[in-house]
Amino acid sequence: MNDTTQQRRIRVLLAKPGLDGHDQGAKVVARAMMDAGFEVIYTGLRQTPEQVSRIALDEDVDVIALSSMAGSHLPFCRKLKPLLEANGLDDKLWMIGGNLPAQDHDALRELGFKGIFPTGSKLDAIADYIRENAA
Amino acid sequence: MNDRVQSTVKRVTNESGLEVQPLYTADDVAASGGDAMIGLPGEYPFTRGIHREMYRKQPWTMRQYAGFGNPQDTNQRFKYLIANGQTGLNVAFDLPTQIGLDSDDPLAQGEIGRVGMSVDTLRDFEIAFDGIDLDKITVSMTINGAAAIAIAMYLAMAEKRGYDVKQLRGTAQNDILKEFIGRGTWIFPVEPSIKLVGDTIEYCAEHAPKYSPVSVCGYHIRESGATPAEEMAYAFCIARAYADEVIARGLHVDEFAGRLSYNFNIFGNLFEQVCKFRAGRSLWAKIMKEEYKAEKPGSMWLRMIAAGGGGGLTFEQPELNIVRGAYYALISALSGTQTMALCSYDEAYTIPTEYSARISLRTMQILIEEMGLTETVDPLGGSYYVETMTNQMRQKMEEIIAETDAQGGIVKLVSEGAIQAKVSAQAYRMQRDIESGKFPKVGVNCYRNDQEDEHPVEFHAYNEDDARVQVESLNRVRAERDAARVTRALAAVGDAARAGTNVMPAIVEAVKAYASVGEITQELVKVFGRYQEPIRF
Repeated sequence: MNDTTQQRRIRVLLAKPGLDGHDQGAKVVARAMMDAGFEVIYTGLRQTPEQVSRIALDEDVDVIALSSMAGSHLPFCRKLKPLLEANGLDDKLWMIGGNLPAQDHDALRELGFKGIFPTGSKLDAIADYIRENAA
Repeated sequence: MNDRVQSTVKRVTNESGLEVQPLYTADDVAASGGDAMIGLPGEYPFTRGIHREMYRKQPWTMRQYAGFGNPQDTNQRFKYLIANGQTGLNVAFDLPTQIGLDSDDPLAQGEIGRVGMSVDTLRDFEIAFDGIDLDKITVSMTINGAAAIAIAMYLAMAEKRGYDVKQLRGTAQNDILKEFIGRGTWIFPVEPSIKLVGDTIEYCAEHAPKYSPVSVCGYHIRESGATPAEEMAYAFCIARAYADEVIARGLHVDEFAGRLSYNFNIFGNLFEQVCKFRAGRSLWAKIMKEEYKAEKPGSMWLRMIAAGGGGGLTFEQPELNIVRGAYYALISALSGTQTMALCSYDEAYTIPTEYSARISLRTMQILIEEMGLTETVDPLGGSYYVETMTNQMRQKMEEIIAETDAQGGIVKLVSEGAIQAKVSAQAYRMQRDIESGKFPKVGVNCYRNDQEDEHPVEFHAYNEDDARVQVESLNRVRAERDAARVTRALAAVGDAARAGTNVMPAIVEAVKAYASVGEITQELVKVFGRYQEPIRF
């Protein structure tokens, strides 16, 4: 760990993509990330890929995390990937959690979402993963 | 802890914060307020049930939540469930429909028909309910932000098929205040949203007096982190907000309260849940009688669907959810609810398959046919434990309602995000307690199957082509309808909204002209604006 990362807390963008209104899990994860010492920017509901990408750039985050419960994770991530790349955010840690069938995990990984935390994941496991993998 | 049992046993507190004793006697009932609120079923205060004979006369309605893809897909699922003995329908709409977007809206891409059926125009209602006898099968619609439009479509569809709307039964969820707390399918800001709920209640009281325009939901507040006592107390606060809105327009409480209904959640401690329902029934009756001066018994009835909740089901060892579902159904039957539904065992993964939906249905049928649950009303009534805890749960709910009122009322607290922050903090503590093992959850933090693979769950297949079919269908309706009539009808919706009059007559005319969900919503957004979510957690 170098000096700058020691001074700067890890900044996590936690976004609710698409029209899904189930935010209990996202809010629980947001609290856990704050307790883990990260700075959390929680977007609230109904974010478009354009909004997520813009907030990620504006807020200069280290982690871009999505919480998806209503099944539209793949179409959303396919739209988000080129926008994040266009904003030069491909070196950030991309994560996704929620109701994510195992059969979709490879496709999510191929889209660049390396951290996949389906329902049943532990809060500390998410925090540990961020600590180990965020820039 | 009472002194009959020595204090060598561990102290136990239920989720609502009430201490549970190792033994109860008549002394505990007396100390908790006595038997003044017990009464008889069918009589005020209705602790033991809203009807005298309850399930002897008619078992609970079985109403599994269903809907996916386009209206043709959903119509087939409805017919499958009815063929398997289901006695009511509960319609799931997709997210674009729920928040007032047409299928060709760019924001709807990737979401069409995914978590429910897609609806754009009255044509879709005609297809979805084709061949279903609306006198025999009552239809409940899980829709909130766009509820005024869905109610209009349902009434228009029934009228077109020759039903007398004055005799038509059915329910719309239409509880927007809880959408701001959890579930999130809001469209308009808080104030016009409550006005819209008032419009639907007022309109139905006159035009469809047997239709239930609102089902007030504790269910989703509980899913968001509320305790069982808070679930019911907040639901009552919300129902009072709607009642106040309608009474302010000059209606008498007895003109509409009999058609208010409720939707509650079941998971967690069996006795706490049963006492929650018994306590809630008498508290609501008391509120309607004493605070609102209702005179008709029907206005005091806590009519409800109680559903085995997703919050209790687990992703781990999903087959255990079948067992949990059976206990939840038992709780619902012991609680004297009117309607029952169960989340299916695979719902932590996917939309239920026909197979899993049928297991849920059979679970309820076993209770009716084999277990004697329909034979005797309120079989737990008179138990020292149940009566004591019922009294204590009622007092707890009254405390929460008083506290909510003292802080400015539920509308203010929801608008500020205060309720959201409170229940979200509780959800976080509960998740930590589950992960630490403090709050036991079988298959999750104890009795895990770490050595074996999970039993595979069959996935409901999402048909990517449904979206294209739905958009084509919408375009066809747009090409065939009377464009001038649509324009006039949409203008009338905007005019009514601007004038502050009841928008329902104009919405009914608009849906009859085959105006779409998105078009009607746009007219209302122009006047009401859109909700801005307070980000608090």
